[in-house]
Amino acid sequence: MPDDLAPRPPGLLTVPLTVNGAPRQLHIAPWTTLLDALRDGLGLTGSKKGCDHGQCGACTVILDGKRVNACLVLAASKEGSEVRTVEGLASADGTLHPLQQAFITHDAFQCGFCTPGQLCSGVALLEEGHAGSEAEIREWMSGNICRCGAYPNIVDAIREVASR
Amino acid sequence: MLHQPVIGTPRDRVDGRAKVTGAAPYVADFAARSPILHAHMLGSPIARGRIRAIRTEAAEAVPGVVAVFTHENRPSAAFRGSAYQDQVAPPGQPLRPLHDDRILHSGQPIALVVAETYEAARFAANLIEVSVAEEPCHTDLAARLDAARHPSKRRSGIQPPPSPKGDAAAALDAAPVRVQGRYIHGAEHHNAMEPHATTVIVEEGGRLLIHDKIQGVTNTQEYVCSVFGLKKDDVRVVTPFLGGGFGSGLRPHHQCFLAVMAALALGRSVTLVLSRDQQWSIGHRPETVLDVALGAKPDGTLLAIRQEAIAATSSYEEYQETVVNWVNLLYPAPHVLLDHRLVHLDIETPLDMRAPGAPTGLFAAESAMDELAEKLGMDPLALRIRNHADTDESSGKRHTSKELLAAYQLAAARFGWAGRPLAPRAMRQGRELVGWGMATGAWEAQMQKHQARVLLEADGSATVGVATGDLGTGTYTILAQIAAEELGLPMERVTVLLGDSSLPYAPVSGGSWTAASAGSAVADACARLKAELLRLAQAQGEMLGASLEDIRFAGGRMARWSDAGRALPLGGVLRAAGRDRLVADGKAGPDQLTQLRHSSHAHAAAFAEVRVDEELGQVRVTRVVQAVAAGRILNPKTARSQVIGGTVWGIGMALHEESQADHRLGRWMNHNLAEYHVPANADVEGIEVIFVEERDRLTSPIGVKGLGEIGICGTPAAIGNAIWHATGRRMRELPMTVERVLGLKAPRA
Repeated sequence: MPDDLAPRPPGLLTVPLTVNGAPRQLHIAPWTTLLDALRDGLGLTGSKKGCDHGQCGACTVILDGKRVNACLVLAASKEGSEVRTVEGLASADGTLHPLQQAFITHDAFQCGFCTPGQLCSGVALLEEGHAGSEAEIREWMSGNICRCGAYPNIVDAIREVASR
Repeated sequence: MLHQPVIGTPRDRVDGRAKVTGAAPYVADFAARSPILHAHMLGSPIARGRIRAIRTEAAEAVPGVVAVFTHENRPSAAFRGSAYQDQVAPPGQPLRPLHDDRILHSGQPIALVVAETYEAARFAANLIEVSVAEEPCHTDLAARLDAARHPSKRRSGIQPPPSPKGDAAAALDAAPVRVQGRYIHGAEHHNAMEPHATTVIVEEGGRLLIHDKIQGVTNTQEYVCSVFGLKKDDVRVVTPFLGGGFGSGLRPHHQCFLAVMAALALGRSVTLVLSRDQQWSIGHRPETVLDVALGAKPDGTLLAIRQEAIAATSSYEEYQETVVNWVNLLYPAPHVLLDHRLVHLDIETPLDMRAPGAPTGLFAAESAMDELAEKLGMDPLALRIRNHADTDESSGKRHTSKELLAAYQLAAARFGWAGRPLAPRAMRQGRELVGWGMATGAWEAQMQKHQARVLLEADGSATVGVATGDLGTGTYTILAQIAAEELGLPMERVTVLLGDSSLPYAPVSGGSWTAASAGSAVADACARLKAELLRLAQAQGEMLGASLEDIRFAGGRMARWSDAGRALPLGGVLRAAGRDRLVADGKAGPDQLTQLRHSSHAHAAAFAEVRVDEELGQVRVTRVVQAVAAGRILNPKTARSQVIGGTVWGIGMALHEESQADHRLGRWMNHNLAEYHVPANADVEGIEVIFVEERDRLTSPIGVKGLGEIGICGTPAAIGNAIWHATGRRMRELPMTVERVLGLKAPRA
């Protein structure tokens, strides 16, 4: 194939974002997902890539107050947005978010790989007001697969924080 | 000082904080910590044939691409297939990635692109042009049952079917009551949340630091050394956290080979994370067809058992698991015929998946027992109690312990089984039919040779090291508990190091053997450390004449039981001896005499309630009560989670999970998490776990049997039996999807 006809990847863009309260600059190709930008660009590897298709929820982050699958978001389209990841849930002094502590107390994880996504989903769900009953939590947490099957404990952890 | 036990008490995971803050590093996370090349694998588009030509120029021209590897330019690696055999390889010749132009299964790696960025590698891989000479492929087990044959070689570590007893065919013909049926379950893929991945860091001097998604770092280390001709000193494998294993990480897979190959060839660090669809090229629970027949007296006493299984394997390895033995482990009969055969198909080699073989065999056996109870007009639990085996009938050996009867009793009471109507379709709520079913679960309690090291510092803290991994099972936590209890230290003073090939040897973590084996090795190391402490104390003129049994260790001190007032801080004993630290090595392994005389198993009684929408055929599992007898329970909190997890897997196997193939193309079709269904939060309602008191001094030195598998074993049959009780329709195929529940789907075979 002649060189001038070969498909070429595009050049880099600079995208300002607020991540866990701090202003950050991404230097990324336009096709870079928010997940890859967070992990490879900013070294925030708490958010996990489980499927890269928005089917497992391991990459869930809180984007402008709403939970999203970061693997389905093009980072370049979110200039100026505010992103909260699992690394940003605890206080600056290291005090865990109540849901993080409840996850430990209720053993709401085993391998821990889906946990960052479960926590971001759970925190957003509590803020959305979708933690009214066990059935509601189960339904609204069903975008986050836990292959270890910690679901009953995840529900218990969210219930405990919701009831405070 | 009051004794405060650590073992047997519910404890939070010691790695909990790392996991809830995102700090725990998994394989791909290590790649973000240093400059590294990203690789992307290309899989074969056909199931069988040869690569005629593979053009990589366009891929190589992509800016950022460093190299493209195919079978034509593969750097040197071992030629002999035996060099690729790992700790748990089944008999046969393992796949040698990029070895030659031969294609043995769809998705087999045929090229690897290595680039400066992940995006460039993935983009470039799409530009590779492959021309193939396709050959007819066979991937349909049901169409090839007549090709079934016994494996040419038995797989090490797997119990083969026992020899026949009596004349099962004649006894079945003559039996007053008889049931028989064909049971089938489809292929399942593990789909741990963490994809298979390998990150290879090339260190100064060319040594490799490998982070591999593996359930045992020594397996990867041995594999890499064998395949690439390296010395163990030059290959260190470190995998501190695993995003779920379930058997998928028992063997080093092709992504490990490819990442190491590229790193060695380029002299640079490389990371390779397989995409979710590529997980379907790794291995699976094989599709299995089981013919079962039971013959009984009118009072339910079994006269004859026949269970014959035919399972899929690849064209190049004879994968085997223990499928048919369980029924005769649980139930005695004078006439028994058990058989397990294989069909070679053009698929990747199957791979141990949570309790390999047990839910397969028990789904058939425990469903058939339910059918027999129906025919006898007998309560299904009463039928099992009538046929309860006091010894392991499949081997003739005594059990080290077996509290299955207590498990039945406790689970039945908790579930409310006594109120169950015998007839199906007798309970209804609104548009839903309600059904109750039960089944028995069993899994072998095993030990493997493990080593452990315990290091006590003069500040009174201890560090434990074992090469085994924590797959999410809780190994970090239970080993900290064991060391804390043995040494009399608060748990916070114990640090556990795992998943590093430079630590004392452990094989892969699987088969539910890690708690018993690694735990016993740690206990042994602690005992040796305490003996050394006593020797040091006596050299200082303390505790003269005392033996280790006379000394109690608690609160970071040691004292005679008879003189608790005079307690020596452990750190003080070290300092007085002029030592900064004290190290002791321990080991554990199976006891051959016990194995010769005894059989050891964990048992479970699974009771399930389902609600079935009569018109739509949708099934909800609204309640599961699982009573487990598995020896000593080290940590009821993490133990309960293990059994809940196994039960959720049982729900998935029962209702959701099946990898479906297009047999014309020989390819898996639903290779993603939207179409391969695993249980989601809304699929799981009430699960209750009961641990049955079971004292066992023979199964392992610490009395532990293991819990990783037992939760799944009886669950699919319990759910199937509950669906029958709700609907009156027998479920002989898994998964029990809507069309099967409604009776709208023809049997597979």
